[in-house]
Amino acid sequence: MEKELKVAALKDGTVIDHIPAEKVFKIVSILQLKISGQLLTIGNNLDSKRLGRKGIIKISDRILSEDETSKIALIAPNASLNIIRDYKVVEKRALVLGEEMYDVVKCGNPMCITNHQNIPTRFKVIQEDGTVRLKCRYCTREILQDEINLKKK
Amino acid sequence: MVNSLVSITDYSKEDILDILESAKAFEAKPDRSLLKGKVVASLFFEPSTRTRLSFETAVVRLGGEVIGFSDAATSSSTKGESLNDTIHMVGCYADAIVMRHPLEGAARYAAEISPVPVVNAGDGANQHPSQTLLDLYSILKTQKTLENLTICIVGDLKYGRTVHSLIEAMSHFKPTFRFISPDELRIPEEYKIFCKKNNIPFTEHTELNNNFDDADILYMTRVQKERFQDLMEYERVKNVYVLHNDMIQNTKPNLRILHPLPRVNEISMDVDQNEKAYYFQQAQNGLYVRQAILSKVLNCKIND
Repeated sequence: MEKELKVAALKDGTVIDHIPAEKVFKIVSILQLKISGQLLTIGNNLDSKRLGRKGIIKISDRILSEDETSKIALIAPNASLNIIRDYKVVEKRALVLGEEMYDVVKCGNPMCITNHQNIPTRFKVIQEDGTVRLKCRYCTREILQDEINLKKK
Repeated sequence: MVNSLVSITDYSKEDILDILESAKAFEAKPDRSLLKGKVVASLFFEPSTRTRLSFETAVVRLGGEVIGFSDAATSSSTKGESLNDTIHMVGCYADAIVMRHPLEGAARYAAEISPVPVVNAGDGANQHPSQTLLDLYSILKTQKTLENLTICIVGDLKYGRTVHSLIEAMSHFKPTFRFISPDELRIPEEYKIFCKKNNIPFTEHTELNNNFDDADILYMTRVQKERFQDLMEYERVKNVYVLHNDMIQNTKPNLRILHPLPRVNEISMDVDQNEKAYYFQQAQNGLYVRQAILSKVLNCKIND
C-alpha cells in the first residue's frame, strides 16, 4: 500500500523501481540527475521482498531515451521502469541493452588509449549464455558485467 | 570510413588473398612507381627499427616519399599534443599514415578520425596486422597452400598478439592447431571458444618435444621473463621451450619454422643452417607484404 502511494504521488514522469540499494547512486550519476532541474524523489534502503533492500527513483516530467534505458539495463538489469501519466502507470518498459555503450563505462585496461586521452569510450555489448560482456572498440579487451566501472565525468 | 588496416579482422578472406597475391607480384618486381607522388607519414610514437624500416623501404621502393618521426621524443606529443591533433595535422600533409603507438586502441581511434587511411604498425599489446599478413605469406610460400595445414604454435600463447592474430587469420583456411606453452601462458579461453565456434580442431600441450612431428608449420614465439609472476616458474620453463636442431630430425620434409623475431634463445643457433628454418626469409617477406598493404589502402593497382 505504502509503495503504491509513493508511485502514485508522481503526476507525470518516470519511476525506476526495484533498484538494488547499492546501485541507486550509480543510476543517479549516469542519468545526470544531479544537474537536472526536474522534481526528483530518491528513496533507498526501502524494504523489499525480492531484494531485501531496494532503491527507487522518481523523476517528474521526463521520459528516458533508449540510450538512457540501456544504461540502466547495464547497471541494474532487474529494475523496473514505469512511465506515469496523470498519476497512472501507462507503460511498463522493458530494460533492453543496446548494442553499443557510448561514453558511459570506463575501460578496465590501463593501457587502453581511452584511459590516457580525452576520448569517448565505446563498447560493443555481447550477450551470450545469459551473461553480459562489454568489448572495448579500441583495445578490444572484454569486461564482465560485474567488473564494470563508470567513467567519471 | 577510409580504407584503413587496424586489425586482421578488418580483412575478409578475399582481402587477405588479394594482399598475398599482390605481395607475390612485388616479390617478383619490388621496384615499381605505384606510389609516385604520394606522401606516406611514418609516425612511430615508440621505436621499432624492424617494422619502421620495412614500411619505409616499401614506400621508397614504390616511388613514394616518407615523412614522420621514429620516436615520440622527437614528436610534438612531448609538448602534450593529443593523438587527435597530431593525426588531424598529419592528415593535411600525407596520403596515408603508418603508425606505431604504445597504447592499445590508438590505431582504431586514429583510423576513426583520420581523413586518410591509417595502417596499424602495432598498438601496444593489441594488434599488428602486417606481421600476421607476412606470416600468412610465408606459410603460403613455403607450403604452396593455406588450406588444411597443421600449425603448431609454441611459447607465450597468452599475451602473444602475433599468435592471436594468426589464429584469427588462419581460421578462413581450415587449419588444425597445436598449442604448446607453459601453464602460465596458455592460450586464453576466448581463442579456444573462437576455434570451437569455427570448427577448428586444436590440442593443448606443455611439452615441446615430439608434439610437432606431423606439423607443417612450427611457429615459435618468445617466452618473456616479464610475463611471469613467479620467477622460479620462469627459470623452470625457460629452457623447456628451446628448439634444437636434433629435435626436428623426424619432422615432415615440408615443415618450416617461423618466428616473428626478435628471438632470444628459444631457437638455438644450430637450427639456423637447417633448410627448415625460415624466420629470416620470413622477415624479408615483410617488405613485399607491406608494399601490398600500402598499395591496397591507397587504391593503387598493379598494372602488369
